[in-house]
Amino acid sequence: MPKFQGVDFFNIESLLSEEEILVRNTVREFVDDEVLPIIEKHNRAGTFPMELAPKMGELGLMGATLPEEYGCAGLNNVSYGLMMQELERGDSGVRSFASVQSGLVMYPIFAFGSSKQKDHWLPKLAKAEKIGCFGLTEPDFGSNPGGMITRADEKSDGYILNGAKMWITNGTVADVAVVWAKLNGKVNGFLVEKGTPGFTAPEMKGKHSLRASVTSELIFQDVHIPKENRLPGGEGLRLPLSCLSQARYGIAWGAIGAAMACYDSALNYSKTRIQFGRPIGSFQLTQAKLVHMLTEITKGQLVSLQLGRLKDAGKVRFQQISFAKRNNVFHALEIAREARSILGANGILDEYPVMRHAANLESVLTYEGTHEMHTLILGEDITGVAAFE
Amino acid sequence: MKVAVCINHVPDTETKIKVSSDGVSIDKAGVNFMLSPYDEVAIEEGLKIKEKFKGEVTALSLGGDSHKETLRKALAMGVDKAVLLKDEGVRDSFGVAAGLAAELKSLSPDIILFGKQSIDYDGAQVGTLVAEMLGMPSAAVVVKMDVEDGKVFCEREIEGGHEVVETKLPAAFLAQKGLNEPRYPSLKGIMAAKNKPIEEKPAVAAEIRVETTAMKKPVPKSAGKILGTDKSVVPELIRLLHEEAKVI
Repeated sequence: MPKFQGVDFFNIESLLSEEEILVRNTVREFVDDEVLPIIEKHNRAGTFPMELAPKMGELGLMGATLPEEYGCAGLNNVSYGLMMQELERGDSGVRSFASVQSGLVMYPIFAFGSSKQKDHWLPKLAKAEKIGCFGLTEPDFGSNPGGMITRADEKSDGYILNGAKMWITNGTVADVAVVWAKLNGKVNGFLVEKGTPGFTAPEMKGKHSLRASVTSELIFQDVHIPKENRLPGGEGLRLPLSCLSQARYGIAWGAIGAAMACYDSALNYSKTRIQFGRPIGSFQLTQAKLVHMLTEITKGQLVSLQLGRLKDAGKVRFQQISFAKRNNVFHALEIAREARSILGANGILDEYPVMRHAANLESVLTYEGTHEMHTLILGEDITGVAAFE
Repeated sequence: MKVAVCINHVPDTETKIKVSSDGVSIDKAGVNFMLSPYDEVAIEEGLKIKEKFKGEVTALSLGGDSHKETLRKALAMGVDKAVLLKDEGVRDSFGVAAGLAAELKSLSPDIILFGKQSIDYDGAQVGTLVAEMLGMPSAAVVVKMDVEDGKVFCEREIEGGHEVVETKLPAAFLAQKGLNEPRYPSLKGIMAAKNKPIEEKPAVAAEIRVETTAMKKPVPKSAGKILGTDKSVVPELIRLLHEEAKVI
């Protein structure tokens, strides 16, 4: 397979700065050299390529937008998005690993943590010496996190945590969990360290999607949390939701990466696969599929880029992030399925990346806010009436 | 230790080259450019020398504005300074070497590193020419380098083996793949590179001694020949490989 050269029909490159291009190219090279050669093996085995973690840390992929004083790169949001695009061109699981560590663990510690918590955790998380996870979703509370039943009760020397979380990326391998629980009826964030008595994180097995990613349950049974492990920077559902905005922003970009990988694979295949004496890329139906893919990728690229520029200017609204996540993931999944159909039977083999991306994107469609919830967020925004409250 | 690394901005190895309408240059439209891979090895070696002996590494490139992209990558990898010797025109290897040598003379580094060749024109001349122009020793196709007390011990790749050589500093070295594993520019390095200026100055003029008169694409491969599908064709296959293709 020829080396990936990017998809850029509208010369979007000309809208990027020198360092944004350099960040993208660096991560692109990293994915080509380090992720693609091993990802199918891990996907088959259902394991996260943990050998990548220190390399990702060294490269600066963890918490890349956070400031240098914590050992981070201080990237702008467009560079961060391009990084996510390239990581997900490798695999959604690898991108999820970086998204969770960056947007859902380092970000809340940075935004709502005490200076002691920041100094202790952020440099280690930046190097991926320590891994984090984010516990919000519960078995019975997905789209409606405000109904969570995990609770913290105040004691003289700290808090007692009880409850369970589910669908937690990195849970089993995490050294620290950012756990959201109700304290006196209000959502609060707690840092729960691995090995704390009463805290277990069994891995969820049998996934057909995101196989190269660790997904876990978090179970808390009378877990004693010291006072200094509560995130002191506020309370309420607004806190975890602001983290999700960070992660969804990365997903909007990441989905384009997965779509690019599928398009690139299908385009190359269509030029070399001969049927009826001609490459199948010469047939009208195949061309229509390829053109559709290119069109949606290009639109997604422009949406993400403008979203990033708004975020860098501090003017982004969460509804715009919903728009981009909803649109880009939906079309990425559609592109993955179309690519699979161009590859025919070969499309289901892991010799090609498309079926893995298609399966991964089925999760991406509903995690970090389902496609439907984002539709309703936008519906509320334009009509002024919430459909879900 | 003062180290200079001379680097080039070349079309990506995956590029499908098209000849321009003038017939003597390549069509650059839609072509991705990159840091020449052997030069990347040279940068890595420069950084390793700096890490061991302290000092600084300066990257130099001769060419148009587009070369800044490659110099920026060198800065992101950890190079301290970058100099663009500006010339949008076309130069032969002698012209490039003359431009670099003039700048290197005033820079007076202890070690000058090059890739063994840039992967566009494959001249494999610039490094050696620069060393000659500056009157310094040089070693090409280097796969191992040890710097010690003003001396450098090198292994050079030669047909079928390695040649071990020794020389005194200052000297120039032309890196071969395998000398080291170049690092990725870290994202922190990329951000730090933003604040490192690229010094721009016009490249000194040089006489063009070799002029390109035409660019030709290789003759397209002719279609293969299928002799048959069972073993009865083996003798004929052997005859053709022997007499027509002359490969056995």
